[in-house]
Amino acid sequence: MKSLNPAAATKSDHDLSRRALLTGGLAAGFTLAFHLPLRAAVNEPVQPPDVTDGKFAPNAFIRIDEAGKVTLVMPQVEMGQGVYTSISMILAEELDADIAQVALLHAPPNDKLYGNPTFGLQVTGNSNSIRAFWKPLRGAGASARAMLVQAAAKQWQVDAAGCTASKSEVTHTESGRKLSYGALAIAASREAPPKDVPLKDPKDFVYIGQPLKRLDTPDKTNGKAVYGIDAILPDMKFATVAACPVFGGKVGKVDDSAAKKIPGVRKIVVLDDMVAVIGDHMWAAKKGLEALKIDWDEGPNAKISSKDIWQDLRKASEKDGAVAKSVGDIGKGLSAGDKFEASYELPFLAHAAMEPLNATVHVRPDACEIWTGTQIVSRVQSEAAKAAGLPVEKVIVNNHLLGGGFGRKLEPDMVVSAVRVARQVDYPVKVVWTREEDTQHDVYRPVYRNNISAALVDGKVAAWKHKVTGSAILARWLPPAFQKGIDIDAIDAAVDAPYDIPNFHVEYVRAEPPAVPTGFWRGVGPNNNVFAVECAMDELARKAGKDPIEFRRAMLGSKPRALAVLNLAAEKANWGEKLPPRVGRGVSLQPSFETFIATIVEAEVDEKGEVALRRVTSVVDTGIAVNPDTVKAQLEGGLIFGLTAALWGEITIDKGRVQQSNFHDYRMLRINEVPKIEVHVVKSGEPPGGIGETGVNGGPPALRNAIYAATGVALRRLPIDRSLIAAGKKA
Amino acid sequence: MATTLTINGEQKSFDAPADMPLLWALRDILGLTGTKYGCGIAQCGACTVHVDGKPVRSCVLPVGALNGRSITTIEGVAASPAGAKVQKAWLDLEVIQCGYCQSGQIMSAAALLASTPSPDDSDINAAMAGNICRCGTYVRIREAIKLAASGRSS
Repeated sequence: MKSLNPAAATKSDHDLSRRALLTGGLAAGFTLAFHLPLRAAVNEPVQPPDVTDGKFAPNAFIRIDEAGKVTLVMPQVEMGQGVYTSISMILAEELDADIAQVALLHAPPNDKLYGNPTFGLQVTGNSNSIRAFWKPLRGAGASARAMLVQAAAKQWQVDAAGCTASKSEVTHTESGRKLSYGALAIAASREAPPKDVPLKDPKDFVYIGQPLKRLDTPDKTNGKAVYGIDAILPDMKFATVAACPVFGGKVGKVDDSAAKKIPGVRKIVVLDDMVAVIGDHMWAAKKGLEALKIDWDEGPNAKISSKDIWQDLRKASEKDGAVAKSVGDIGKGLSAGDKFEASYELPFLAHAAMEPLNATVHVRPDACEIWTGTQIVSRVQSEAAKAAGLPVEKVIVNNHLLGGGFGRKLEPDMVVSAVRVARQVDYPVKVVWTREEDTQHDVYRPVYRNNISAALVDGKVAAWKHKVTGSAILARWLPPAFQKGIDIDAIDAAVDAPYDIPNFHVEYVRAEPPAVPTGFWRGVGPNNNVFAVECAMDELARKAGKDPIEFRRAMLGSKPRALAVLNLAAEKANWGEKLPPRVGRGVSLQPSFETFIATIVEAEVDEKGEVALRRVTSVVDTGIAVNPDTVKAQLEGGLIFGLTAALWGEITIDKGRVQQSNFHDYRMLRINEVPKIEVHVVKSGEPPGGIGETGVNGGPPALRNAIYAATGVALRRLPIDRSLIAAGKKA
Repeated sequence: MATTLTINGEQKSFDAPADMPLLWALRDILGLTGTKYGCGIAQCGACTVHVDGKPVRSCVLPVGALNGRSITTIEGVAASPAGAKVQKAWLDLEVIQCGYCQSGQIMSAAALLASTPSPDDSDINAAMAGNICRCGTYVRIREAIKLAASGRSS
């Protein structure tokens, strides 16, 4: 990939965006829906066909210059999930461009041009980059291609139908004449964009479906890749920040006499709720911050503890919830058959992206320029404008590659606080949070409690009631999406559990933890619900005296794709073959993000309750896999992300503070703890499903069910409690 | 304090407090941003560089202790046969996701191969367990080290 330097988002690109903004005329409004099909795309080619600085710019995503250079503007951000490559593959496929030659640009903030059709704003999340952009990108590529072909046909005075395109070149079939896209760029820009341009038949795909090499990885092997934290500007200084360790607390008194003596410390910034030290380098800033004597005004939250939070959550879960889905007669259903009741709980989690939160900001009298890596570039722009006291159009945001996002960078706080610091000085300042600050001032995956009641009749689940209690992240983050008391993320994968159950009922109780901010965490709502559903299914299978896979199979009549992945996973993982003592296999099945995944974990449990992973097998049907190797990689990585949380992940609160601070007490799985992981990608012609979030959710219930199989201990809370396993307490 | 180091084969002289970890000298003074900050307490390995060929965590290594030593960073590791092999294997097997930890992973793997040309799984565990990857690329890291060691291409 050619230079992905956001600072190179050229003037002409900004001009193009601005003009399009003025002439576009498309309403930005929310298309409310994680699950609704795309109705009004916000990415129709709103720009008039145009040449700017010798570029053919038929729509928001494609630029071709006279030298033939094809530049693709990325509407979604690259945070490891491979989306820059997948997006390029889709565009290049329909454009018939040579993908080996494309250059990529990070999109500037502009909801109208680059907004995610699902959200109506620039958001990369919820595993929907490909789902949301599949059609708009194909249309954009095909439309540009048609204009190039038309331009060539005109030049040759032949019928466009007699021309083909391939690898950035148009060929007149009969005469063999050829013209490159570069040679056609100016002429193509005079063509009208076609209406109802046909898309390729999938059998003609040359890129989509191939395990192509990623475009972003070469620069990630040699230190050249530029993340937000790598921004370097002339006269830039470095800062680090500390907010009150107690959520919601304020700065009281600050004694900076020792800090000022540290070589390289330039300025101490004291704001109402945080303190920053600016220095010649991060070392001076860090040491300066450590040398500050800060009396915090801890405020009303200084007594909050995890114990209280759990007590409140459990109490809240006793209330009736808002009904998210109800099929059959749940009251009647639960009054017959063999009864089952259980509750499952998930802890707070931090995101711990490897790249700590950061933003580099230069506040000038008339403008504010920002260098960062965010999942929400347009929201960052508007929030930064408020913090800078400037109109939105005076805020320039240069987005970057993200060193992990996982939902944390769906929040603008790292940029807002950097702007507030940068307002105090006239030079650019790079604000980097320490790992400790990053861990203790995260926006945490909420605590959840799931109350499940079920009834078995003839070895099948005849009635199922699942009450989800937890934070409504959407109510804060995308208020129009929170309606009638239902957070559609919090019940995602609960309402669409794959099983045929005649009496099926899901409720949601909104319960916000005091003081602790909650947000999206990779896997989002389904990482709670898949866990609860799949743990309960295993316990129900045991109650019914059935093998866990057989039990599930019998209830998948209406979900052939789910059944197929389950069957293949059983085969690939040697389900049913004898295992040594204290070793178990556990399964999970999930239908989330329009992707079906079955996961089987094999784990060994020792007498002390320590758990070792032995083998993980996952089978995924995600519809058309744009890049099957990326799908595989996302599953491998997602499984490890989820298993890390299952084995170790928990943020606890005491005296209003987060007790964990860095990787020694907020543990990650390491290479020596990770077993063989096999991922099988099922070929499918269905539209592409989501993939980035999905792998995370399959591992935890499958691991928990493996422990259940090995020991009979039915854990109902994460992370796994080794003392419960050691005690051998059967459910 | 005036410090002179050989970095990727070039002599670099700069002023830095003696207690400043090498990481910040590389990133904030010399502009070599390929080496990453992850934890600051030698827990994650994102900052791994070579000092006289040995892998070290630059976030806890004061520059004052390094005068005259030879440093290799991700920007220069391709010059060593082991480094070049590792980089190639990383691309052949498409190890990388977000990539933020991968400078450190590659530096640790290159040092492993330079000292242990045919590492087994336990050698790999010992050499690589100090490098966290939050994207979970461990399975491919293991395969890529074996591929680089084998001298095959994928």
